[in-house]
Amino acid sequence: MKTTKRLIPLCLSVLLALSVFSGCGSKDDGSALSGTVATNGSTSMEKVIGVLSEQFMLDHSDVTVTYDPTGSGTGIESVSNGSCDIGLSSRALKDTETGLTATVLALDGIAVVVNSSNGVSDLTVAQIADIFTGKITNWSEVGGDDLEISCIGRESGSGTRDGFESVTGTSNSCVLAQELTSTGAVISAVAGNRNAIGYASLSAVEGQSGIKTLTVEGVECTENTILDGSYAIQRPFVLVTRENETLSAAAKSFFDYATSPEAADLIRTAGAVPVV
Amino acid sequence: MKQKKVLETGFHCVFLLCGLIAVAFVLFISIYLVLSGIPAIREIGLPEFLFGKTWSAGTNQFGILPFILTSVYGTAGAVLLGAPLGIMTAVYISKVAPARTAEMIHTAVALLAGIPSVVYGLVGMIVLVPGIQKLFSLSSGACLLAAILVLTVMILPYVINVSETALRAVPKEYEEASLALGATETETYFKVSLTAARSGVVTAIVQGVGRAIGEAMAIIMVSGNVANMPGLFRSVRFLTTAIVSEMSYASPGSLQKQALFSIGLVLFLFIMMINAFLRLILRKEAR
Repeated sequence: MKTTKRLIPLCLSVLLALSVFSGCGSKDDGSALSGTVATNGSTSMEKVIGVLSEQFMLDHSDVTVTYDPTGSGTGIESVSNGSCDIGLSSRALKDTETGLTATVLALDGIAVVVNSSNGVSDLTVAQIADIFTGKITNWSEVGGDDLEISCIGRESGSGTRDGFESVTGTSNSCVLAQELTSTGAVISAVAGNRNAIGYASLSAVEGQSGIKTLTVEGVECTENTILDGSYAIQRPFVLVTRENETLSAAAKSFFDYATSPEAADLIRTAGAVPVV
Repeated sequence: MKQKKVLETGFHCVFLLCGLIAVAFVLFISIYLVLSGIPAIREIGLPEFLFGKTWSAGTNQFGILPFILTSVYGTAGAVLLGAPLGIMTAVYISKVAPARTAEMIHTAVALLAGIPSVVYGLVGMIVLVPGIQKLFSLSSGACLLAAILVLTVMILPYVINVSETALRAVPKEYEEASLALGATETETYFKVSLTAARSGVVTAIVQGVGRAIGEAMAIIMVSGNVANMPGLFRSVRFLTTAIVSEMSYASPGSLQKQALFSIGLVLFLFIMMINAFLRLILRKEAR
């Protein structure tokens, strides 16, 4: 009697544990894709490619999507010499990079933020560049209060920093007061400091209190202004493929998925603006 | 009887094995650090690496003098503030305070030691940094001073606990004799108790130094993290925070990543030196 009593909970818990697997089993979607999709390139696209490949691999359990964060240049080079299926670039192709097709996957808009008590609400790209390189050091020079400017940036290697510096032409010449390692840290530092100016992805600054997103050359930073190209501090996230060469079935399927309207919400969660 | 002996030998082997595992970890880490730290130093050149004033991954300049000086200044500052404060607290707890008060402070100190370092950083970032900015009317409060203050609070429990134990171990007779000879209580604490407990107090301080120099999480949030030469009100980067802030983004195999390992090696040597110093003191005292 005693042993049976003991056995009951044991059996029940085994049953419970097994029930975890009840949802599994082969989900036959007819396509039966398998193989590996190799992507290689821009470190800034890590989040976007990360969420897309995660979802894609959930839907197609036999496909593995790999991602090598090497940088846009290396990504373009490796797709043109055939060592990966899809190259990832966070800039448009140059005229010298021929034989390749570029498909814009998403746009990356970088918002420039200041403390909400800051009187300045609009800057030009040139002014932003001058502020971050230390040529303009006081808010009064750009129509604000007589306060010293404190520039807050990201650590070297960050995709947002790379994007901001390449668009404003300030690569390796920024004079920063703080170098922070996350978007959240930048926003809270700006929110807590009247003197501060910083930058972050559009998706990260929406709905945050204590900070104000500047208009750049009169244009507000929104999804629409990024899409129509009027907001200046933006860059494309590009999928690069070889011209006149068909992708493998798995790679083609991933490419189609990534550029389909289905993927738009995922791209948005990764902080970029989808183009479809 | 025989069975007992077998069991004994068996357990001796288990203990030996456990000891060896710990040693193996240390050896493995040391060897790994040396092997992965050397290539970058060789490529950059030891003098350029140790005494170069510019660290910029974008332009391939890897000089860590700013990090070394920041770590040294930061640690020195924290010990300068923390050691007297900690030692006086230890004297108060072990000698002056009534039992209940002492118990209360003791519990508070134990709690202080248990707070995760990221919480120190968070509080520093939200309270201390804006405070320093207002007090000194700076454009940004994230600076060496903020890091020193956070480190001071962090080393306090170490300094207090170790010196308190040492002070409690001082034989009562020493103090009674001193008082009987007409010395005041204060004179007794400083001239007799602390002198008798000096090896413990030095150990406490050295442990504080080790703790301060190895801390990363708390100070990355308050020090501004820009690779400047150190100044009290400048944004600075420590040896530890230099590794933390760039490791996740440095591409594998690049000189930048290798240089980060070399910083690790330098930090490791610093800690070894501190430990060697500690052993020296303890051995001297044992004689």
